[in-house]
Amino acid sequence: MDNLRQLVEAFIFAADSPLSLDRLSALIEEPKAKIRPIVEQLQQQYLASECGFYLAEVAGGYQFRTVVELAPWLRKLRKERAPRFSRAALETLAIIAYRQPATRADIEYLRGVDSGGVMKTLLDKNLLRILGKKDVPGRPLIYGTSRHFLELFGLRDLADLPTLKEFTALDPELAVADPLEPEADGAL
Amino acid sequence: MAIQIRTENFSGPLDLLLHLIKSHEMDIVDIRIVEITEQYLQIIEQMQQLDLDIAGEFLLMAATLVHIKSRMLLPVSDDIGEEDEDPRAELVKRLLEYQRYKDAAELFQQLPQLERDIFSAQFQCPDAGESDSEENEIPIGLYQLADAFHQLLKEKPPEIFHEVIRESLSVADYIERIVERLLQQKRLSFREIFSAESSRNQLIVTFLATLELVKMHIVSIDQVDDFSEIWLALMVPADQLSSISPEKDLLGYG
Repeated sequence: MDNLRQLVEAFIFAADSPLSLDRLSALIEEPKAKIRPIVEQLQQQYLASECGFYLAEVAGGYQFRTVVELAPWLRKLRKERAPRFSRAALETLAIIAYRQPATRADIEYLRGVDSGGVMKTLLDKNLLRILGKKDVPGRPLIYGTSRHFLELFGLRDLADLPTLKEFTALDPELAVADPLEPEADGAL
Repeated sequence: MAIQIRTENFSGPLDLLLHLIKSHEMDIVDIRIVEITEQYLQIIEQMQQLDLDIAGEFLLMAATLVHIKSRMLLPVSDDIGEEDEDPRAELVKRLLEYQRYKDAAELFQQLPQLERDIFSAQFQCPDAGESDSEENEIPIGLYQLADAFHQLLKEKPPEIFHEVIRESLSVADYIERIVERLLQQKRLSFREIFSAESSRNQLIVTFLATLELVKMHIVSIDQVDDFSEIWLALMVPADQLSSISPEKDLLGYG
């Protein structure tokens, strides 16, 4: 049993991206039900012992990550500064994250400016994903965020996105935000 | 009072408008449209004097504001009924929506970011890229696949002379060709499926055939790492292949 704990810990440690329970289960050849409690136990253990890192749950998997309080020190480790997002890029990313699936026209209507360049950059950085085509004239591409996006911002899944301030105190007619309809038909 | 504002500080006309509303301590849902329009136009004018490139979007917003202003000056006629919408309604809705995403963008900025605030264990083996490390392959998206094809096309400059001989290339034939090669070799890199002497047309048909194969769930595409080689492999055992051989008529290519 102790052996299994070591194995789970080692796999997560050595993997280069977050490992999901499914993946761990396949690698270790043990059912998920057996692995889940071990992972949870490991999470507790690292939290309790105040390590410089912890076992984070991100993008549907588990990964060891340094604690955020050490950020100013750890940045010294990298020669280059982490690339900063422009405001346009963050706005576009936020719109797609909360509204996905979204077309380029949706994004440009909300931002009031051409967003093609920003979206290309985000696609190049692997933060966006093409989900398919929308079934309207012109068949525009629809976009969503990628797994890499979740990893970058340390989110478990899309439900883990910070909640947006709703405009509750307003005229209900104005407050109706368009609902998120799963309109992606998935066809390429 | 001249306010020094430069467009590059704003990500768009909505952003500028929000700034004006805030700096004049107005309520978004009850914009004093005359005042705002005046301010906005003044700024646009200043930008022209500074000879900045004014984006069309800023001008479009100016037109929208003037339009709303003129509609608000019209007397409300009782005949049309009470449901006459406030001319500002759509703009207000857009501003509120935009405000939400602007806030969300700031929230994202503050979230701890990997490689900026938080670091994870990384092991990059220098020659892991093209090895047989099937273990860590990640499924890739359409964008990456199309991008890889774009790179390939770039290396094949457009042929300047072309004869007007119509060569009929069948996607179905190329599907069979790729499947045959995959049967022999089990795995092919994205580059390998294109033979070096192919013309651009052949490259395109090969790419279409690859997409069809992926769509038919006959071939899987994987990548070890971002920007590394893309691999194709058969997902279907060889003995089942004959039953799903492409129906040429259904593909819908000439």
